[in-house]
Amino acid sequence: MPAIHRFQPLPQELVEVQQKMEAHASDYGLDFFPTIFEMVDAEQLNAVAAYGGFPTRYPHWRFGMEYEQLSKGYSYGLQKIYELVINNDPCYAYLLASNGITDQKLVMAHVYGHCDFFKNNHWFSKTNRHMIDEMANHGNRIRRYMDRFGVEEVENFIDTCLSVEDLIDIHMPFVKRTDDDTRYEFRDNTNDEEDAGSLKFEAKGYMDSFVNPPEKLAAEVERRRQALLEKGASFPVEAVKDVMLFVLEHAPLKPWQLDVLSIIRDEAYYFAPQAQTKIMNEGWATYWHSTIMTRHGIEPPDLICYADHCAGTLASSPTRLNPYKLGLELLRHIEERWNKGQFGDEWESCDNMRAKHEWDTGAMQGRDKIFEVRRIHNDLTFVDEFLTLEFCRENKMFSFGYNEHSGYYEIESRQFDEIKQRLLFNLTNVGRPFIYVRDGNYKNRGELFLEHRYNGVELKLEYAQDTLANLYKLWGRPVHIETVLDDHLTTLSFDGTEHASSKSEELVAMGEES
Amino acid sequence: MTMSLKIERDKNRFRQIVRGKVRENLRRYINHGEMIGRKGRDLVSIPLPQLDIPHFRYGQNGGGGVGQGEGQEGQPIAKGDDEGEGTGQAGSDAGQHIVEVDVTLEELAEIMGDELELPRIEPKGNSTIQQEKARYRSIRRVGPESLRHFKRTYVEALKRQVIEGDYDRQKPRVVPIKDDQRYRSWETTPEPEANAVIIYMMDVSGSMTDDQKAIVRTEAFWIDTWLRSQYDGVECRYIIHDAAAKEVDEHTFYHTRESGGTRISSAYRVCSDLMDRSFSPDEWNVYLFQFSDGDNWGEDNRQAMELLNEKLVTRSNLFCYGQVESPYGSGEYIRSLEQTFGRDHEKVVLSEIEDKDAIFESIKHFLGKGR
Repeated sequence: MPAIHRFQPLPQELVEVQQKMEAHASDYGLDFFPTIFEMVDAEQLNAVAAYGGFPTRYPHWRFGMEYEQLSKGYSYGLQKIYELVINNDPCYAYLLASNGITDQKLVMAHVYGHCDFFKNNHWFSKTNRHMIDEMANHGNRIRRYMDRFGVEEVENFIDTCLSVEDLIDIHMPFVKRTDDDTRYEFRDNTNDEEDAGSLKFEAKGYMDSFVNPPEKLAAEVERRRQALLEKGASFPVEAVKDVMLFVLEHAPLKPWQLDVLSIIRDEAYYFAPQAQTKIMNEGWATYWHSTIMTRHGIEPPDLICYADHCAGTLASSPTRLNPYKLGLELLRHIEERWNKGQFGDEWESCDNMRAKHEWDTGAMQGRDKIFEVRRIHNDLTFVDEFLTLEFCRENKMFSFGYNEHSGYYEIESRQFDEIKQRLLFNLTNVGRPFIYVRDGNYKNRGELFLEHRYNGVELKLEYAQDTLANLYKLWGRPVHIETVLDDHLTTLSFDGTEHASSKSEELVAMGEES
Repeated sequence: MTMSLKIERDKNRFRQIVRGKVRENLRRYINHGEMIGRKGRDLVSIPLPQLDIPHFRYGQNGGGGVGQGEGQEGQPIAKGDDEGEGTGQAGSDAGQHIVEVDVTLEELAEIMGDELELPRIEPKGNSTIQQEKARYRSIRRVGPESLRHFKRTYVEALKRQVIEGDYDRQKPRVVPIKDDQRYRSWETTPEPEANAVIIYMMDVSGSMTDDQKAIVRTEAFWIDTWLRSQYDGVECRYIIHDAAAKEVDEHTFYHTRESGGTRISSAYRVCSDLMDRSFSPDEWNVYLFQFSDGDNWGEDNRQAMELLNEKLVTRSNLFCYGQVESPYGSGEYIRSLEQTFGRDHEKVVLSEIEDKDAIFESIKHFLGKGR
């Protein structure tokens, strides 16, 4: 039994429902880890959700904030979490005790969709499947540091780390970008080799801090840093996107601080694929709960409740694209196209609209196609590959932007190209700016120099400055970031006491996204 | 440690930070949100403090996205300040599924009452006045389409189809016919009526800045919301004053700025006349709220106290004085009131509102008497 509570056993009625739903899911070819359902009351569910699904997580005020919002929202009838699934082997899912039987059926069917996605989608393939244990271990380590160094001290440092938690390289798990001998870590379960120059020994998660004591690691980091500084060379050779890793390898932090930073980084990598596949994952789960429920699950008393729930789940709002709806509709669109053979060269080159409309070769490859899609795509490639003009029109999609004169968000365009471009932009790098480390020994004074790869949208200045200040706390020497302000290349700097910005005369012309 | 204890500890930690008891360095990131949400269709959002951790983020010109629905190009769809997040901000939480609903003003008042632990008000005055009230609490088979009860209609249709054997489990399709239609309907019941009037008085002399007025406005919104939930009919009247006073409409009340001196007694006189004319205390529950930065001409104080004591306090349910902190005002007036009425007067409530954060406590203080 992993480090998670048994809340209360599932009542017999639901055990039977689970068996049925699981059988239906398997019959359709869904392939999932063993799935364990926990029955919880609303308070418990809100608490688990506040911890991102992991009740044993380290203490932090932001979980309390999250909880307060969820529980206030729930008690005033504003919002309600229906389900919560954890990417883990076995998969854990939570059911709200107060839900009616129809909702429970639906949620279970939905959960099997998520579990299948977690297990089979490529972007999840490198995530830690024993994260429940790992999170508990993180919790213990951080609690121990709090006992030793004080809650305030450790919490302060966590906040500092959280400020850079999104500066990771989401493709890193799949690419060997750094040499093995300078690799700090990214635990790849298939890699058993032990290279002599490695900073770390591979170890099971819970043993890690014993096999690789943080003190030793810190000393090693410091030694390498000095060595590099002495060389006087500018490093890294190539710009590094995983800023957190760079800081871990080169910043003069105390052993416990290194450990905390690496915990935050591990968790960021664990959660990253979920942000990368929100549309697909929700779409996939919704596709399956809808398929299973409408063909097998619903009994007459369930019907209206089910329809009501689906209407709520799939509602769209003008300013927020509903990932459930977009994902579901796109998957169905793909299924229909591949069922009718609407793909391939012949289809692409056909410009007779009527013929296209009536195109049906009876290919019936839809189901296979969507299984393939769920295996290899993430939201960005999914939308890029499958969002078509017809789909945009049918679903009345538009792009919107901010109008500075009126102070409102306004509909900008119903042109397919512009809609798609905007959507892809919002999905690229999970909607965040691209930040790289360019130089860790700037001006040969050990200062940190970052670059923001400008793509037409400026940084939020105030936040950028505050983030720089936090980076300074980690790096211990002045930090800089090169970005673009008012079309001029600008370097923002923080030296520990003052913010500065130097604007170059150079104008940056930005047409299309580069 | 059990989970509920754990989350309680994190919650308390968060609250301590928000209240500024610990971690001063985070204070600047606290985001109080807008207290008055969409007032247009009587929908309002609940204020929740939030703490933000800074990240490298796109600025507002990156805040666009893709939406779905009707509308021409150029049509506004949302206000700029509510951070219309694109799909990119999908978040990193596990598969959570959240349904959002809006709140009506009545519910909001209830929430506020719970949150502030406000006592219900026992209306005084003429409870013998009865009025017919319409309440939607029954169902009929006929009615206008706008009152159609969707769920009931479909339940009826489903029942009929099951009885008739039309219902096909393989293809669960429910189509209501005319006989299935159900409509909401009303019953009339006689109910006693109680009325209240709220009279707001505010100093608009030069020393009151826009910040202070914003505080008054927020506070007045919540007071209105609460009192409206307690009485059937609530009227609001507004009086502004500098050295002289006059009755104005709501807009003028919040948007006037005079440069003259300050004579509070002038407002009391106008208020008293207004009550003589329109709001006899026998028929009305009278609530008086006065906001000022505490500046008054010294020689006026005696007269103001006399008027207040004789003409206003005796004839009202409650007199509340809120003093907002101003860089210019002397803040003396609240001390004069304290000397005259004391801190524990049954009808006179005094409150100093230092900043936006103090609004909460101040409302609780004002309305906590249940009068």
